Amino acid sequence: MGMTLIWGVMNVINLSHGPIIALGMFGTFFIFTRTGLNPYVGLIPVAILGLLLGVLIYVVAVHRVINAPHLSSLLATFSVNMIIIGLGTAALTTSPYNVDFAAGSFKLGSVTLLGTRLIAALVAMLFTGGLYLFLYRTRPGKYIRAVANNRAAAELMGIPSTRILALSFGLGTMLAAVSGALIATFFPFSILAGASYELKSFVIGVLGGLGNPIGALFGGLVLGILEGIIPAFMESSWVPVIEFGLFVVILLVRPSGLFGAKR
Amino acid sequence: MTILLSLQGVSKRFGGLQALLNITFDLPQGQILGLIGPNGAGKTTLFNVINGVYPPESGRTVFRDKDVTGLKPYHLAQMGMARTHQIVRPLNELSVRENVMVGACFGHENQDLGNASKIADEVLEFVGLAARVDQLAGSLNVAQKKRLEMARALAAHPYLLLLDEVLAGLNHSEIDSMIQTVLKIREQGITIIMIEHVMKAVMNICDRIIVLDYGQQIAEGNPEAIASDPKVVEAYLGDPRLAEQLLEEEV
Amino acid sequence: MKIWHRHSGIILPVLVIAALTLWPVITGKASNRESAFTILKAIALASSLNILLGYTGYVSFGHIVFYGFGGYVGLFLLTENEWSLWTAMLAGGLASGMLAFLLGTAILRLRGAYFALATIGINEAMKAFINNFDLFGGPTGITLNFSVYKPYGGAAQALQTSFYAGAGLALLAIVLSHIVRTSKFGLGLLAIRENEDAAEVMGVVTPRTKTWAYVLSAIVPGMIGVLFFFKNGNVEPHDAFPLHASIEILVMVMLGGQGTVLGPILGAFAYQGMRGYLVTSEFFKDIQLSVSGALLLLIVLFIPAGAIGWLRHRIPTLRRVLA
Repeated sequence: MGMTLIWGVMNVINLSHGPIIALGMFGTFFIFTRTGLNPYVGLIPVAILGLLLGVLIYVVAVHRVINAPHLSSLLATFSVNMIIIGLGTAALTTSPYNVDFAAGSFKLGSVTLLGTRLIAALVAMLFTGGLYLFLYRTRPGKYIRAVANNRAAAELMGIPSTRILALSFGLGTMLAAVSGALIATFFPFSILAGASYELKSFVIGVLGGLGNPIGALFGGLVLGILEGIIPAFMESSWVPVIEFGLFVVILLVRPSGLFGAKR
Repeated sequence: MTILLSLQGVSKRFGGLQALLNITFDLPQGQILGLIGPNGAGKTTLFNVINGVYPPESGRTVFRDKDVTGLKPYHLAQMGMARTHQIVRPLNELSVRENVMVGACFGHENQDLGNASKIADEVLEFVGLAARVDQLAGSLNVAQKKRLEMARALAAHPYLLLLDEVLAGLNHSEIDSMIQTVLKIREQGITIIMIEHVMKAVMNICDRIIVLDYGQQIAEGNPEAIASDPKVVEAYLGDPRLAEQLLEEEV
Repeated sequence: MKIWHRHSGIILPVLVIAALTLWPVITGKASNRESAFTILKAIALASSLNILLGYTGYVSFGHIVFYGFGGYVGLFLLTENEWSLWTAMLAGGLASGMLAFLLGTAILRLRGAYFALATIGINEAMKAFINNFDLFGGPTGITLNFSVYKPYGGAAQALQTSFYAGAGLALLAIVLSHIVRTSKFGLGLLAIRENEDAAEVMGVVTPRTKTWAYVLSAIVPGMIGVLFFFKNGNVEPHDAFPLHASIEILVMVMLGGQGTVLGPILGAFAYQGMRGYLVTSEFFKDIQLSVSGALLLLIVLFIPAGAIGWLRHRIPTLRRVLA
């Protein structure tokens, strides 16, 4: 979802998404182990730090290349990716960590749901709703959409586009960090763990239509359903084949995504 | 008189907007055809349909006795059609000579690099850019970029040349020298369609003029007939500046 | 004289390859040979990618797919059909070229970032597919039997032979790159890079031209794949399709300067050299990735045309020599 926001607003593919997800995981880990704070309360500092980090990355690495060809911004964010992973590897090694936390489990008919997962899903939906409200109901949100639509025109109308771009990059980063923090509550992770989620967020973004927050939620749902259904027909190791195959096909047929507006 | 290009009932629609409706005309070889009309009348769209950027919804285009409806721009370029763009499209990081060589290499004569380089130098001499052959195209000013567009199109040695507002944004002396260039191109036997807002030029150099308004052909004829056609004046009243210019020409 | 002028750009690149090939021969150290092989491999991959990235202007993030796919095809033929290294290399290159042809026809319609995304998707789909493809050994991959090295005078001698083959492939890649750069076909590619619509209007048959550029940029990586995994002794999905290696190649091309023959060579040299130094140095060992990242960021932000591009802009007289 953070990916799709950054993409939509800035037309920049953010390759530092993965490590930021991983940083979110570690944020939760340290807050939980050092202070014993409930991981869900810990989400708040993680989100704030994510926002600040995003703005910092934007100012340092992205701002200068935002009008340059795609390659430049891709490489700029990739170098941020390398820096974070490099430092992370040095400080934390690549061995897996685990947040030892449980929120009980619920029985829903014959299906057992882990509490942590249920809460994660709820928080994710909360964030989607919040983002939607923010984008469509508040002034900075409207600014963001205006800048996404036509940066030059938005600037002419007096919207401070640099600040808005920094803000949306920050928000995207914040969402990545938060999703990392949520994943950390039920999966073990390492500093490299972000990469596979980064690839997934590409797929989700394209499925739902890049730059469309509601689409991202649908994209995530479609992917989740696929991952649930495919193993019933074939070995689960085929799941990524289907996923990425679908990804390429959708790019070819409907680059605006399954739920994106027709162009 | 041989007909070089013939449009038969060409229509094009973008969503709800009828951009072109039932455009029909024959263009004899060696003529200069002027295409005028208010902004948004569909002039550039018509160029895009003629040279294959968009396929038309209905109608046919016949170029050199072949039905070319729906062919791609590169097919038409290879058959001898060349054009310039209203908004210049220089290949910025290539030299001026290389830009023009692209036109010669991939146009209908299909030249090799050696010949293309010679042709490029000739054409650049002709349009007055000889001093800048080794400069990067991105470093030219707008007037020079327009000449570069023209040179690229000419380097293909086309049968038909589509000129999209080559005079726009130029000052008086630049306009005069560009008009001379266009006339010289005609002397070489190249047929020309030009979109132009500078009425003085259109009236002076075109053999025939077609007026478009809201995608429709509202008038067609020689410059004198067009200037006195009430429908044309009416169409331009939406655009007072142009109406004024047009009326001035009559005097 | 004219021929000399047109081809003067190839001299420096060939000298670099020659020096790299002779270095381990003169010093006689196996470790130098391995370093040189790594650099030659990087040069071959970077120069190949440059045909697509530098000349045509299409950013491929999954170019390593051709290296992995070629490697798999080659190793399969080496073990199952007992082909020689040379025919297997040819077959690997051809297979990758064919794959590029098929993919190119489909995905080269996409422009800019959409193309880049699609290449990532293809690489991941291919990795996942091979992981499930029993003929190619699934997740365990293909392991060469030791006897494969016999015809080449045993394993040690085979390493030496592989080194020369690597040098040959690097040379092939730069000659190919140079020929494309100085040909009419190359002019068409440059026109597409600068403005695809304008190129089309001038008569460049863009779909066909782009597809062939893609094919040409895939062949040498396919051959390198066969050679590397032959030398390595086995191939697994994770070694064959590493996404980060794709991006490293991109970095090399950027570092040296895209769209020039010499640029990717210098970039490969500098990047591998730097990595070699950082990995072994006491101080930087742990954060070598961060240091590379920071360097890359500086390059992207301040000299986006790469070292060669920067030099060419500063000193116009060098344009011909640094073609």
